[in-house]
Amino acid sequence: MSASDKPLSVSIWRGTARAGEFSQYTVPRKKSQTILDVVSWVQRNLEPDLSFRFACRVGMCGSCAMMVNGKPRWTCRTHVEKAVQGNKLVIEPLRNLPVIKDLACHMEDFFDKWTRAEARFHPTKTRNDDIEPVRPDSPARILASQGIECINCAVCYAACDVVEKDKNYLGPAALTRAWTLMNDVKDRAGIKRLRAVSGPGGCHSCHSQQSCAEYCPKDLNPTLSIAGLKRMTAKAAIKGEL
Amino acid sequence: MMIRPHQKHSLWLAYKLHRLSGLVLVLFLPAHFYVLGLALTDASALDGFLKWTGNPLVKIAEIGLVFLLAVHIFGGLRLLALEFLPWSDQQKTWAAMAVAVSFFMAVAFLMNAI
Amino acid sequence: METRLYLLQRISAMVMAPLVLAHLGLMIYAIQGGLTAAEILSRTRGSFWWAAFYGLFVVVVSIHGSLGLRAILREELKVTGPALAVIAWGAGLGLLILGLRAVMAVVI
Repeated sequence: MSASDKPLSVSIWRGTARAGEFSQYTVPRKKSQTILDVVSWVQRNLEPDLSFRFACRVGMCGSCAMMVNGKPRWTCRTHVEKAVQGNKLVIEPLRNLPVIKDLACHMEDFFDKWTRAEARFHPTKTRNDDIEPVRPDSPARILASQGIECINCAVCYAACDVVEKDKNYLGPAALTRAWTLMNDVKDRAGIKRLRAVSGPGGCHSCHSQQSCAEYCPKDLNPTLSIAGLKRMTAKAAIKGEL
Repeated sequence: MMIRPHQKHSLWLAYKLHRLSGLVLVLFLPAHFYVLGLALTDASALDGFLKWTGNPLVKIAEIGLVFLLAVHIFGGLRLLALEFLPWSDQQKTWAAMAVAVSFFMAVAFLMNAI
Repeated sequence: METRLYLLQRISAMVMAPLVLAHLGLMIYAIQGGLTAAEILSRTRGSFWWAAFYGLFVVVVSIHGSLGLRAILREELKVTGPALAVIAWGAGLGLLILGLRAVMAVVI
């Protein structure tokens, strides 16, 4: 009987913000099984009140992110055979976010930081003006394109140790979005956004650990984007504009 | 100091090494400055101290300090390149090279010390 | 302020890089045949250039080291506000004073 025939020994974190603990489940192993399959099986067969988030189940929406054996991953796109250690799985809610119940966390902090990073579009034209031409091969557009595929799944936020240690830190996703907008020729937030990302907990708190890049399921590189913000803010400070 | 699962990748280790080496160096410096200052106040104490550094254990500590200083500067150069130069996807290679060159320098020091 | 501290940290690093490389090279050279006070001081006593080299080195390392320590205190030990400023400034000034005294000690 090979290891892949043995049932999985799954530890799932259950509880609320106040208290919780791991519960053990034995889950049958199946071909091409994903972690989301495992969690769904437990909920359907063993624990009807297990709380967790998912939606598309095909790696498009970013809802199903959880800690799997200590690493933040999309559970719908993580095959058991890639994450399992022996036959053991430990599944927890995403790190660095407050828990609502079991495997579902509050995403408010994550999105509040997008607002604080001024990571929203500031238009310059009205419908009566000509459309601003955006050249896809311009250097700024290439830089922006490197970061715009983010679907706000918070895997990078969970992976980052600075987010863990500094409650003020805006985090890789918010800063990446701010960077893409700084490179957007249609946007004019300019210095206002640079000020927003250079306060306490701003881009200068990044220590380039690159866990964000290591775990981003869309292969984005927030460290790269944050380095860009460091350069822009440094230039602005030297020119006395900041 | 446990390394947690999400931290088990080379660029996180590079960060940790950079932080640890910086901490050890900044804590070592006051002692280093104090000893050198003995040349001003108590020259024989300085000579006595330098004789003490002939002890093999001290030599090992010195090799360690040379290694940590080299690791910190080469790791730091990698970070300066990362932040100020166009992005290179070779970050892991550079991190590995930084450690290798530091090790080489520590060995050069060892060879001269023995 | 964060941007200014960042710039100070990075610029002090850039200024220090050649100084550190020279210092490492010097250590590897000087350790040959053991260290004595006489050997060290014969190089540094009365030398303007050694004074300039190590004087500059002390100034930048005081800035760089105290800012690095500040980051560690804030993130690992959760020190904030006035306490953080006092310790960081204390470290910087301490390193500067002890360091310049050491430079004087070997140069005069």
